[in-house]
Amino acid sequence: MSAKLSFGDRLYRGEKSFNFIENRRRWYALSAFLIITSSLALGIQGLHLGIEFKGGSEFIVNKAGVTVPDARSAMEKANVPGDPIIQTIGSDKVRIQTGVLTSVESARVADVLSSTFTVPKNEIDTRLVGPSWGKEITRKAITALVVFLFAIIIFLSIAFEPKMAISAIIALFHDVWITVGIYALIGFEVTPSTVIGFLTILGYSLYDTVVVFDKVRENTRGIAGGSRLTYSGAANLAVNQTLIRSINTSIVALLPVGSILFIGTGVLGAGPLKDLSLALFIGLAVGTYSSIFVATPFLAAMREREPAMKALAKRVSVRSGKGDAVSGATTAGSQSTAATVTGERGPRNQPKRKKATKRK
Amino acid sequence: MSTTSSTSRPGRSLIALLLILVALGGSIFIQGATQVRLGLDLRGGTSVVLQPRISAGQEGKVTNEAIDQAVSIIRQRVNSLGVAESEVVAQGSGTNRQILISVPGESGERVVELVGQTAELRFRQVLATGGAVDAPAPAASTSATPAATPAPSGSTSGSKLSKSAPYFADPAPIVTPKATTPASTPATDAQAQAVTAAGELLSQEFAALDCTKEESTRGGGGDSPDLPFVTCDRDGTARYVLGPAEVLGTQVKKATAAIDQQGSGGWYVLLDFNKEGTTKFGAVTQRVVSLAAPQNQVAIVLDGLVVSAPRIISAITGGSAQITGDFTQQEASDLANVLKYGSLPLAFDRGEVQQVSPTLGTDQLRAGLLAGGLGLILVILYSLFYYRALGLVTVGSLGLAALLLYLTVVVLGENIGFTLTLAGIAGAIVAIGITADSFIIYFERLRDEIREGRSLRSAVENGWVRARRTIIISDVVSMIAAVLLYIFAIGNVRGFAFALGLTTVIDLIVVFLFTKPIITLLANVPFFRDGNPLSGLDAHKVVRGTTVVKNEKGSN
Repeated sequence: MSAKLSFGDRLYRGEKSFNFIENRRRWYALSAFLIITSSLALGIQGLHLGIEFKGGSEFIVNKAGVTVPDARSAMEKANVPGDPIIQTIGSDKVRIQTGVLTSVESARVADVLSSTFTVPKNEIDTRLVGPSWGKEITRKAITALVVFLFAIIIFLSIAFEPKMAISAIIALFHDVWITVGIYALIGFEVTPSTVIGFLTILGYSLYDTVVVFDKVRENTRGIAGGSRLTYSGAANLAVNQTLIRSINTSIVALLPVGSILFIGTGVLGAGPLKDLSLALFIGLAVGTYSSIFVATPFLAAMREREPAMKALAKRVSVRSGKGDAVSGATTAGSQSTAATVTGERGPRNQPKRKKATKRK
Repeated sequence: MSTTSSTSRPGRSLIALLLILVALGGSIFIQGATQVRLGLDLRGGTSVVLQPRISAGQEGKVTNEAIDQAVSIIRQRVNSLGVAESEVVAQGSGTNRQILISVPGESGERVVELVGQTAELRFRQVLATGGAVDAPAPAASTSATPAATPAPSGSTSGSKLSKSAPYFADPAPIVTPKATTPASTPATDAQAQAVTAAGELLSQEFAALDCTKEESTRGGGGDSPDLPFVTCDRDGTARYVLGPAEVLGTQVKKATAAIDQQGSGGWYVLLDFNKEGTTKFGAVTQRVVSLAAPQNQVAIVLDGLVVSAPRIISAITGGSAQITGDFTQQEASDLANVLKYGSLPLAFDRGEVQQVSPTLGTDQLRAGLLAGGLGLILVILYSLFYYRALGLVTVGSLGLAALLLYLTVVVLGENIGFTLTLAGIAGAIVAIGITADSFIIYFERLRDEIREGRSLRSAVENGWVRARRTIIISDVVSMIAAVLLYIFAIGNVRGFAFALGLTTVIDLIVVFLFTKPIITLLANVPFFRDGNPLSGLDAHKVVRGTTVVKNEKGSN
């Protein structure tokens, strides 16, 4: 009895397969491009830091119909140093940002705004950040990032074999750098909420890598003794087998994050919700990319250098009668993918499939 | 938690879950907590973060005790606003702590004004004392609150009438303070006369002062060290007319709480002055020791409020004094801390002042709930679409997780004052994805097992063993993130880390005690067991030598 196979079934069986590892140079080139662009953006434009880091004052007038020129003339009346940045948020709010003000100056601004636009003072949202506090916050954010990376590196080194840990860490730095680069390039504002969102997503995307590597480890157990599948082949199969899960995970993570971003931007216009979810959104995208396209190919490349794996590649290539050993599992003949899952369960459960499933 | 036990007894897990729910629900019912405590960003109010530092011209280190003392001084000031649920807490660790003040529904300016002043410690001679309110004045505040009962002069706390009033003594053994300790001697009769002596203006102020009013016990300095002034004690139970400052807090060298080694006495406070302080304290004690009560008392005034006003029973010229007065250990160390703090007063830098209007608060709350609802619905739709009937288990699990989260937040709000902030809501929403992911890992494993030719029932168990490992690793990663974020909290976003950690724990509870047992039970239902296309378990088995075989029961 034959039934229609789902996409997930075919990926699992290796019938349908994407050559993530074989094409790794392509992904490396893409990543290199992104990293260089990020470095340039960071070097030339720098990050647009929020007032929490720089110090400064922010006033939001909650009243419909207040325009930017209105607010500007009101600020001229208040006569405080510096040129304020004024923008409307949504349809009924105006945000005014200035440099660091003394408490007398900020009280004067609140008075002027309150009387000019006839809004009660407690309806003006204010945020005043002292310059030393901004430095303190910056220092804390950097400390948090460094400690976080260390903790993760230690965790990975315990949870994985050394080369897996190295690959995951490289993917991690890849993610950090590119996300920071995107922020610099587009000029998104960086606030403490951004940093928090960012750190969260580091953990989350790392965990994506954990799942893929778990499967790689399972598929490559005792592989050096066989002759059907190269390390790269087994690793590529693992990526394919966990692909559905990776996609589903990313989707269910993106759905709530996307709705925070949507509501945060649409309803509130600006604020911690938007900052947090934007960082999550970008980090999630970069993290998913790196766990599939960077971490695993890098791991495979490192392992392929080992003498045992070289010998294995040779045997596999002889067996399949082809020169191209690396792609053995994913594109070559009938035997390759049969070795998919763990040998420990005995032949009964060894998946085997039809011949000639090469689909290209 | 072994697989076999959960295999054979899914009911047991479900009962454990039920017990957790009943315990949470019961604790809410008993404590009468009904609402989630909302943070200021969700209902409007002002929060101020203060960064303590050594005040200008002083040298030394910011100590933990000093920060605790600063917190209690600021709390004293903030409480005088009379706004319910105001909070003053120290946040962070070590000497790098900040002081976080939150006052609901208050305008930023007033709160900032309140905390600007450095709190100073001074020693002043008592000129006159009295009860909390001028007794003969039948004015507005007569409807006497209990606190208005006249307290004996110099008592640190009005409620401890039976205690003897504290006194200063020379620690040198010549004096035997114990022997001369009389019962407290309220000085009410001497009062009128003394006030006259202190001047007409002070006497009017003294008469008008009502220490039962909250603003009277605000403190906040403003008293000139060179002039006499009128003030209350910290608890608002007594009034004082005080002379000019005789000794300054910065002239205190050391203060410690100690216990009488002979065993007869209780706790006392040992006080050492520096050179200048020794001379000045010697002079004042010499001058007042022979005066009548209450003018033989020297008040310890912190932040403009009297902390204690011990009597002087002998001239103390040696530079070290002992304050005795039936103290408990707590009272003695509190007093010692006040004195220590006074020797090195802290100044505060305004770190961040944030005023959220009630409008924005409401908007943020609404937006947060809306985003949460939308995210939940989208995830539910997706899992129904992808996992069909199995998706219903996800729906149930997410619903249960949401219920558990709500109950926990209410319970924590009641018991440890946990407040839900916008960042906390965001953390909970992000956690929807993490929770749903646990199911995805399990369901995909389940399908993999079926693809390998197992029956559903054995796939449920085998898949679980493998998925469990991945789920635990993933939750460990989330926990590491949550704990580190909590420790290194930047700004006011601790709520996010807390919510993330909390939901991670809830995720584990739900997956182990609900999702898995439910799947075990469902594996016996024909609809799922036979891999109905709508069941979400219609993955196809791959068997050696055959092509594609539909998953059938008994194939294993």
